[in-house]
Amino acid sequence: MSTFFKLLFRNRLAAMGAVVLSVILILVLITPLLPLQNPDITATADRFQKPFADGHLLGTDHLGRDLLSRLLHGTRLSLAVGISAALIAATIGSAIGIIAGYFGGRTDNIIMRGVDMLMAFPYILLALAIVAALGPGLMNALIAVAAVNVPFFARNIRGITVGLAGREFIDAARLAGMGHTRIILTELLPNVLPVIIIAMSTTIGWMILETAGLSFLGLGSQPPQADLGSMLGEARSAMISHPHTSVVPGIMIFLIVMSINLLGDGIRDALDPRLRSGALSRPRATTLVERTGDVPEATDDLLAIQDLETQFHVNKRIYRAVGGVSLSVKPGECLGVIGESGSGKSVTALSVMGLVASPPGVITAGAVRFRGEDLIDAPYESLRQKRGDRVAYIFQDPLSTLHPLYRVGQQLAEAIQSHHKISKAEARERAIQLLEDVRIPNAESRVDNFPHEMSGGMRQRVGIAMALANEPNVIIADEPTTALDVTVQAQILSLLDDLRRDRGLAIVFITHDFGVVAQLCDRVAVVYAGRVVEEGPTGAVLDAPAHPYTKRLIACVPELGGGRRMLSAIPGLPPVVDDLPPGCAFAPRCDKAQEKCRHIDISLAGTGDRSVRCLYPEELV
Amino acid sequence: MGGYIVKRLVSAVPVLLGITIIVFLIMSLIPGDPATAILGSYATPENVEKLNRDLGLDKPMVQRYFIWLGNMLTGDFGRSFSLNRPVLDEVSERFNATLVLAGTAFVLCSLLGILAGVISAARQYGLADKAITFVVLIGISVPSFFLGMMMILLFAVNLRWLPVSGMYAIYGGGDLPDLINHLIMPALALAAVATGVIARLSRSAMLEVLRQDFIRTARAKGVPERRVIMGHALRAAMVSIIPILGIQAGFVLSGAVYIEIVFQWPGVGRMLVDAILKRDLLLVQGGVVFVAACYVLFNISVDVAQSLLDPRIKT
Repeated sequence: MSTFFKLLFRNRLAAMGAVVLSVILILVLITPLLPLQNPDITATADRFQKPFADGHLLGTDHLGRDLLSRLLHGTRLSLAVGISAALIAATIGSAIGIIAGYFGGRTDNIIMRGVDMLMAFPYILLALAIVAALGPGLMNALIAVAAVNVPFFARNIRGITVGLAGREFIDAARLAGMGHTRIILTELLPNVLPVIIIAMSTTIGWMILETAGLSFLGLGSQPPQADLGSMLGEARSAMISHPHTSVVPGIMIFLIVMSINLLGDGIRDALDPRLRSGALSRPRATTLVERTGDVPEATDDLLAIQDLETQFHVNKRIYRAVGGVSLSVKPGECLGVIGESGSGKSVTALSVMGLVASPPGVITAGAVRFRGEDLIDAPYESLRQKRGDRVAYIFQDPLSTLHPLYRVGQQLAEAIQSHHKISKAEARERAIQLLEDVRIPNAESRVDNFPHEMSGGMRQRVGIAMALANEPNVIIADEPTTALDVTVQAQILSLLDDLRRDRGLAIVFITHDFGVVAQLCDRVAVVYAGRVVEEGPTGAVLDAPAHPYTKRLIACVPELGGGRRMLSAIPGLPPVVDDLPPGCAFAPRCDKAQEKCRHIDISLAGTGDRSVRCLYPEELV
Repeated sequence: MGGYIVKRLVSAVPVLLGITIIVFLIMSLIPGDPATAILGSYATPENVEKLNRDLGLDKPMVQRYFIWLGNMLTGDFGRSFSLNRPVLDEVSERFNATLVLAGTAFVLCSLLGILAGVISAARQYGLADKAITFVVLIGISVPSFFLGMMMILLFAVNLRWLPVSGMYAIYGGGDLPDLINHLIMPALALAAVATGVIARLSRSAMLEVLRQDFIRTARAKGVPERRVIMGHALRAAMVSIIPILGIQAGFVLSGAVYIEIVFQWPGVGRMLVDAILKRDLLLVQGGVVFVAACYVLFNISVDVAQSLLDPRIKT
């Protein structure tokens, strides 16, 4: 609760709203005690006095009545009517909603049909019809405004109740022999009440405005009694000659509604946990770069990731997702990057083309070089021109990675047209060709499908076709086969392998599956807690893993036809990367760890093409 | 597609019937004798009885409802006693003026609101975002009738840029430029609140969409950022923006009542308020049913637009 208020008041606007609203409420509550003139006493001789006139702080209206006094009494009336309307609407609407949701079935059906009908009206027509039938007057306006808002509460509360009515504690109460009324009052209502209060806080400003509106139209409070709306309505005829009589009540309505809106927004933000972590931030076009330290020298690799560090800055916490990773590929080579979920392998891959969502992602050190050119500090346009053209991505789960509202042909064509000026017809031809290349049957008709009309395997092929669209030099495949079944996976892997051989494509293949690595990759790098712990030719690493982690990881893989070998899961979980220990990150889970492992920074060392980050490796490299 | 439209139209029939039932029930709330309510308390008993017979008020309620419904279906909405002309003629004439005003305001608030929301989301926490958020906050807090009055004071009275009120100039008006001249202020005043609401919700819809995986895919393909925002993101965001537009259309139509009063616009809202004050209940009843029915039909076209945009909706 105290965090709620802390959050609420950290929001300066919400705090401002709360202050303004409190001042108005206090003024209104003590109005009868203030030394004000009678708001209804007319003095035509003193009519239309300007503000700050003698004895009339805000001046007088067309009948010479003191505006300050009328304003405070009018505000009192407006707030009283608006709040009453909100209470009535909330009570009746919630009762209807609870009954519909609790009893369900036919009762629910009939009630909700009626509610839908009421909601089919533009709200004011309903209010006008009610006032027309009952006759103008403040009480009738109150009834009309309350009635118009009943469906809103009924629908909201019904939704919550339906969810609660199926829960165990309601069943338990029923089995205990409690009657319906008792269950509703003692079990349901306490659980629904917070929702009712939140719904009220969001509609109360609206209802104050609505009653003021009806009074403005002359359908609400009748003279001499005046709320803010009728004050404004009466002042309208003299608006041009004496604007202050209109401005005074108008600004008061504005202040009330705005402070309620501000406070309501603040409450909603404080209650919405997603906003707390800053997750609703929009990712920028490229990852934020705040690089410190020296930029590593260029190499002759096709793509080289050098001492890359990528962090996530969430509030005050820093998560070191990638803590100095170096990887490289040559043309025609396939590099496997393997690790558990959360090891930083995907973040490494996304950092290459600046695709890590930022905020919260920040690249803090290292370089990514494509043919020697550093991509990390490249200007946006130069990076964009390489994205999809020279370095292309294949993502996991193509149902969420393909745009749901564009045809696959359009999405393929767009990949080409973002980099080459070709006609629409040509682009379509090329899209069909690409679909054929990835062996999609009936490419001619499939090109006009939407992603949801295709199977998972077919969508994944579309993803691959899209990566191939501009014949890139490097493809970074981020778990492209994880969501697929084994037969489709095998087809896709052989497809990628063919393309690599035919076109000299370099592939960075990110996965957590050793089987896939063995099938496709020339070399493999094992990643743990944001760092490479072992690297080498696939065969060598698989046959004789040097890092205890690699060894344990391979031991987790069940062997087909291998019989009853013990599958040894690695105890514990990968570390959270916001508070890494100084030494080896695997030490807490490693059965060979010594005291030394936990304290000194261990470097990646080895000979030739094999290297390992361990003081006590399983094999000497 | 055609099938879908027909299906939606058919599903509107019970809603339309429900509307007539609700209006009928509300009108039967009238305390005392409706004929007295219509004729006023000075009416002679003979006249009251005659009117009761003419209106069929001596019959049972259910029968009265079906007579009323049957009459409406043949285009007979009754006769307005205060104007002494058929209700339907008056309502449809007035509704045209409302359509011009509310339609313009609706187009304005949709375009401006979505644009502001998109800019705000694309420049999140930037200067443009802050400025838009501030203006939107004021926009949604000012009562439209007060805003209208202040606009008259500033632009018509002080600056003399625009006419104070009405739909056409009394002398020498009547052409399109004249109409536009008269339309600017009321349309803007009417659009203000809805623009704010649409801008706000568009902003959050865009922020929601911009975090989706397919946006990352578009960027990974090298699609220029402008197209990522205005194409990929906006198109996906429209799926949640369009229903908001449908709801806001109802609010614009409602707000038109105030704006028509403030700007002396000869629309159906002003007609309804006048009719209520004169106790011309048949006119109120006819006007409410007519406008509500139009709104239901409008909402069907919103659903159709939604199904055109989103192929995942089964048509």
